[in-house]
Amino acid sequence: MARKTGAQITLETLQREGVDTIFGYPGGVVLPLYDTLPQFPGIKHILVRHEQGAAHMADGYARASGRMGVCLGTSGPGATNLVTGICTSWMDSTPVFALTGNVARTLLGRDGFQEADITGITHSITKHNYLVMNASEIALSIREAAHICRTGRPGPVLVDIPKDVFQEEAEFDYPGQVSLRGYKPTTEGHAGMIRRAAELIDQAKRPIIIAGHGVIWGEAQQELVALAEKAQIPVITTFLGIGGFPESHVLSYGWLGMHGMFYANMAADQADVVIGMGMRFDDRAMGRFQGFNPTAKIIHVDIDPAEIGKNFKTLVPIVGSVKNVIPRITAEVKEQTRPDWIRWIEQQKDEHPSLEIRETRRMLPQYVVRSLYEETQGKATIVTGVGQHQMWAGQHYFYNRPRQLITSGGLGTMGFELPAAIGAQVALPDQEIWAICGDGSFQMTLQEMAVLVDEQLPVKMAIFNNGYLGMIRQWQQLFYDKGYSSCGISQPDFCKLADAYGIRAIRVEHKSEVEGAIREARAHQGPILVDFMIDQEENVWPMVPAGAALSETLEAPAEEMAR
Amino acid sequence: MSTTTTNGNRPRPNHHTVVAIVEDKPGVLMRVSSLFRRRGFNIESLTVGHSEEPGLSRMTILIDGESAPIEQVEKQLYKLIDVVKVSDLSNEEMVAREIALIKVRANNVNRHELLDIATVFRADVVDIATNSIILQVVGDEEKVDGLIKMLEPYGIRELSRTGRIAMVRGTKTTTVHEAEPEKIARIHEKAGRRVEGVELPFSSD
Repeated sequence: MARKTGAQITLETLQREGVDTIFGYPGGVVLPLYDTLPQFPGIKHILVRHEQGAAHMADGYARASGRMGVCLGTSGPGATNLVTGICTSWMDSTPVFALTGNVARTLLGRDGFQEADITGITHSITKHNYLVMNASEIALSIREAAHICRTGRPGPVLVDIPKDVFQEEAEFDYPGQVSLRGYKPTTEGHAGMIRRAAELIDQAKRPIIIAGHGVIWGEAQQELVALAEKAQIPVITTFLGIGGFPESHVLSYGWLGMHGMFYANMAADQADVVIGMGMRFDDRAMGRFQGFNPTAKIIHVDIDPAEIGKNFKTLVPIVGSVKNVIPRITAEVKEQTRPDWIRWIEQQKDEHPSLEIRETRRMLPQYVVRSLYEETQGKATIVTGVGQHQMWAGQHYFYNRPRQLITSGGLGTMGFELPAAIGAQVALPDQEIWAICGDGSFQMTLQEMAVLVDEQLPVKMAIFNNGYLGMIRQWQQLFYDKGYSSCGISQPDFCKLADAYGIRAIRVEHKSEVEGAIREARAHQGPILVDFMIDQEENVWPMVPAGAALSETLEAPAEEMAR
Repeated sequence: MSTTTTNGNRPRPNHHTVVAIVEDKPGVLMRVSSLFRRRGFNIESLTVGHSEEPGLSRMTILIDGESAPIEQVEKQLYKLIDVVKVSDLSNEEMVAREIALIKVRANNVNRHELLDIATVFRADVVDIATNSIILQVVGDEEKVDGLIKMLEPYGIRELSRTGRIAMVRGTKTTTVHEAEPEKIARIHEKAGRRVEGVELPFSSD
């Protein structure tokens, strides 16, 4: 054992936890930590321009790689700026480790300069958090926090360390094992329940699997394919579950929900057995709860027991990891075919194709996404912000790989795209990464372009520029009688702005230039911004209006299709 | 007066007595109360104190079951890392008690009446002054409510109730360590100590 400062212990422990990158921003109370950073060349620090960016970068890093992402902020505003990012990660269950400094112990609770009760503030949006009051407790706290962050249902944690604890010396002893009597995630599903699930699937005439984010985090894509193929169960995903089941698979029927495919919504609504895999029956996916398929028997597999029975009555609850449970169900189900059921869904798909892009000379956003899909041969990682462009990115690119779509689904955080894409690119330097940005969404965090330049990250930014907060405009058009209120949004000249940062930019004003611009962007070695001046008043269809049931999914009205 | 028998108190409809064994750490009370607030679970009372094991506290929470399916309450509590064990005692044979301190206006004329009422409720006089007395009563909520109702006409100057604490009867426990092994139970039985399931010959309150 050796005596080390709190700052040394902090970094040493993080390093031993496998951390290679910290997205952070310095400030008064974390100076001892920054002073110590050069002693740890194995940990790369990436200087962000706003702490929200740091949290989203850590999140993007985690979502792209499956590893824990780490962000760092100083006390007070540094810590509170992290909150939106932490909550984003909380809602989507991603492993983000937030490290914050706080004022010295003697000043805690006295409203000192830049003091914020960040553990109090983040209680309800972290899996757990720690205020470490002694240097001797740092190692164990960080190790426990990292353990909680990555295991079970992943989720953000926060460790808050007062300035003088960073400076205090203590014996460093890396704790061998973590044992928390209040935290023992169940991964093994109950054998009896698995048997019941298999029986129910065997008897089902119209079963459907709804695969969620849990399938991606549980790394159970292959297992899911095996189950679907053996029992011939059609698979749809939630929005966050996209990529958890290959969309090119013959049993894949897209994703369900508010802007899901018509046939996916109908299949969920008409199924006699609904099998939720690593998902949480969220309102955006299921529509109005009381209006959802009242006769469906629900099998729900999730690692978090609290998700089971939260929104829907569950006939067969299975608490466990999808990786453990799915193969065991597969082993027990009978091989069979379900031609009538699959034919019925195919017929829905024929009659309501949902993803057809109409012929027009105008530059439709759907067309831009589809071109991107074709030009990248479906291989790029897509990161989105929140709004219309997010839905089009989900609909018109096709995803065959887990972690291929990175998006803020649960919290719906605008401004997520650029920093998350940066984090993803840091984690996967050789991967082609496209940030699909809304012109509104992008303006929330565009300052992080500076990081692209600093780190020479080849992120491609595609701005969907329609001069509107498009989803707001769509709702105001459809549900507020076209009463447009604060939905038109001005923007700087994005190309000049990129140029000012030293980033190359292309503006695309005509449909005919789309492919060429994408090719040029792909050929460019560094970061690049492509400003697509898309059609201004295009709406996202299909749509389940707020408060409606999946069975009430609306398709694009004829006059819009004729536009 | 309704005496509380071995069945404990009559539970209020839809009310659940939940015992949570939690790590004795700073912030744990806030974590629990904040969980109830944000999920919209209504707490009737919440009582915290040390448990039999150092490092663990025991919370007794009386919950309005109308506001939340009790299963969700338990599962959400378990999600908190500092919560080690959760038990719903509502369907168990339990002893549930609270303490109330009641300061009542009193004068030379009615003091005797008050003392009589106190006797009926087995309340103790813990303080007496020229124009007030403090009564201390232990019992279930109904009993405390009953006493308060009787005292109201005299003028209650101050009232403080602890909220419910509860424990399952018999050898079964809601603690985190092992139950009493059978062998030891047999030794106690031989020695004539109380055996599981046998009711006490007197009312315990």
